[in-house]
Amino acid sequence: MSQSTNPERQIWIYTQMLRIRTFEERVKRAFTEHPGVIRGHTHLADGAEGSIVGSLSHFREGDAALATYRCHGYPLVLGSDPKAMMAEIFGRADGLCKGLGGSMHLTDVKRGFLGTSGIVGAGIPHAAGVAWAAQIRKKGHVVLSFFGDGAAKQGAFHETLNIASLWKLPVIFVMENNGYNVVTTTVQEDANAAAGEPLATKAKAYAMPGVTVDGNDPLAVHAVVGEAIERARAGKGPTLIESKVYRLSAHGNIIAPPGVPLHYPEHEAIATFGKREEYEAALRGDPVPRFRGILVKSGVLSAAKADELTARIENEMQEAVSFALKSPFPKLESALEYNYA
Amino acid sequence: MSQMPYIAAIDAGIHQEMRRDANVLYFGQNLATTENHHFLAAYGSDRVRVTPISETAEIGIAIGAALAGFRPVVELYMAEFMLVAMDQVVNEAPRFRYMSGGQVKVPIVLKAGYGFTAGWAGQHTGSLAALFMGVPGLKVVVPSTAADAKGLMATAIRDDNPVVYLHNYMLTLEHGEVPDGEHLVPFGKAEIRRAGADVTVIATGWMVPRALAAAEQLAKEGINAEVIDPRTVAPLDLDTILKSVDKTGRVVLVDQATRHASVSGMIAADIAEHRFKSLKAPIVQVTAADTTIPYSEPLEAYVIPDEARIAAAVRKVLK
Repeated sequence: MSQSTNPERQIWIYTQMLRIRTFEERVKRAFTEHPGVIRGHTHLADGAEGSIVGSLSHFREGDAALATYRCHGYPLVLGSDPKAMMAEIFGRADGLCKGLGGSMHLTDVKRGFLGTSGIVGAGIPHAAGVAWAAQIRKKGHVVLSFFGDGAAKQGAFHETLNIASLWKLPVIFVMENNGYNVVTTTVQEDANAAAGEPLATKAKAYAMPGVTVDGNDPLAVHAVVGEAIERARAGKGPTLIESKVYRLSAHGNIIAPPGVPLHYPEHEAIATFGKREEYEAALRGDPVPRFRGILVKSGVLSAAKADELTARIENEMQEAVSFALKSPFPKLESALEYNYA
Repeated sequence: MSQMPYIAAIDAGIHQEMRRDANVLYFGQNLATTENHHFLAAYGSDRVRVTPISETAEIGIAIGAALAGFRPVVELYMAEFMLVAMDQVVNEAPRFRYMSGGQVKVPIVLKAGYGFTAGWAGQHTGSLAALFMGVPGLKVVVPSTAADAKGLMATAIRDDNPVVYLHNYMLTLEHGEVPDGEHLVPFGKAEIRRAGADVTVIATGWMVPRALAAAEQLAKEGINAEVIDPRTVAPLDLDTILKSVDKTGRVVLVDQATRHASVSGMIAADIAEHRFKSLKAPIVQVTAADTTIPYSEPLEAYVIPDEARIAAAVRKVLK
C-alpha cells in the first residue's frame, strides 16, 4: 500500500465518507423533521462518497474543485463548516453563500471549491478555465471537475475535453457514472453504454487517457485520480476518469409547488423500472459500511473506534442542524446586494 | 488624438489594457494563428490563444479563468455566435457572484459584432443588445464612435463584472478622433451627440450617425433635435434621458432591432412611467420591421430605420 494510503490516511478517508453520509442523512431527514425548511431541489451524493473522498484526498492548497448541483460532499471534504453549509441549505443568513445559492450552488472559495452550476455540463468549461489560470501561473496546481454521466452527452463536455487536451490543461475530469440521468438509464442515452463500452471510451476521441474505476472503492479512486493528478501537475494534460457509483437515493426530492410537503421518493430503479433486485444489490454494496468493514477487518480501525467516530460525526451534524435552525433569515435588502461587483 | 477607424480603436483599447495588466487574456476563433499576429507577438501564447469553434467552452473557460483571477476577453466576432452559448452568457457568467453570496467575481468581456446589414441575410444581422440588457449581473456596451470603441473596451476590461461588448459592424471603418494614451469611457454616462430643444432623439450604435444625419436635415426645416447616445444600455443613464425629455417634451427612439426585441422599447417604457406629465405627444419608436433581415439589398434597406424615417418620426411628434 502506498504511503498516501497509510492507515491514518485510510481513517481520514473513511471519516470524510461518513461525514458526507451523515450530513446528507440530516438533509434528507429535515424534510420530515422540519417540514418547509428546505425549499426547491436537493440532490444527495449517497453512494458516491468513496469516489468523492478518494478523488479529493490528493488536494493541495492552491488546487481547485468545481462540481454540479449534487454538491454537498466536496466542500465538506475540503474543510467547509457543516454549520454554514446546513444554514445555506436552510436559506439562512449564516449560510455559506448568505442564503442566496442554496443546496445546488454551494461555493467556498477559501477552501478551493470555486462553485457549481445547476445546468448539466455547464461547469465543465469553468473548470478548464481555472486550469488555464493554473497553467499560466506555473505553480503545479490542478483542477478537479466533477460531473455525472448525463453531462457527457452535453456539448460543453465535448468542447471542453477537446480544448483541455489540445492545451494540455491541468484538469482532471471525474465523471461519476451512477447509471441514471434522472429516470433515463445510461444505456438509453449513451452510445458507448449501449454498445457495452465504458463511458471512459470518450477520452479516446480527445487524445487523453480514459480510465474506468470502481467508485465504491475509495482506495482505487484515490490511486487512479492520483495518477491523473501527477500527470496534470507534470504538464501532460487532462485525464477522463469514469467512476462507477450507484446513487442510493432518488435523483432529488420530489418536485412540487409551494404547499406540498417535499420528501425523497423511492429510487427510480424501483419506482420507474421495477428493478428491486438491482437496487438492493446496490444497497448491499454501499461504499460506506463496505469501507468500514474493510478497515475493521484489516485492523486499521477497531469496531469500538469506528462506533466512536460515528457518534462524534452524528453529534457534529446534529450541531449543524441546530445551528441552521437558529440562524435568522437574511436581511431582505441582501437580495439585491450581489448582482454586481 | 489620432484619426483611426472604429475597428482599430477597439484593438487599441484591448492593447491598452493588455499592456497595463498581465491578467488580461484575449482569445477566440481564428485569432492569432501565426506567430507574428500583433497580439500574440506582444503578449505571448499564455495570454493570447486561438480556439476551436466551441463558443460554450470558450465562454465557459473565460468564466473559469475569471474565477481564478484573470480578465479574459473572448473574441466572438458575431453576436449570433453567443446564441450558441446562451447558457454561459446569461445563466452562468452573471450568476456566480450572486449565488456565491459575493465570494467570487467574473470579470469577462464578450466582444461581438452585430447588425451587419450589408448583405449578410438572416443569421448574422441581428441587433441583440436587448436580449442581454435585462439580465441582472450583465453589463451591455454599444459604442457608436471610434473614441468610445476604445474607451468603453478599456472600461469593460477593468470592470469586475461580465460585460457584453457589442460593436456595430456597419461602423467598422468609420474614422474618428481617438485620444492617444490611456483612455477610459465611464459606463452609465450617456453622451449628448447634438444639443437641441425641440425633440429628444435616442439612438445607439449605427443608428446614432443616422439620427444625427436626420437632425441636420431637420435643422434646415427649423427643427432643433437633441440626439442622445446612451453608449451603455446596462447600466442605462436614465437621468440624462429624462432631463432631456423635461426640456423637449417630445421623444423619438431609434433602434436597429425589431420592435419587441429592442432597447428602445425598454427606454420608452421608462420614459412613459417617469415623465408621462412632461410629454407633449406620444412617444414614437423607429425600429426595424418585425422580420428576419432579407438578403436582397433594396429589401434590407426597406426594413432598417433610415434618415428619412427618423426625420418623418420627428415631424410626427412635433405635429
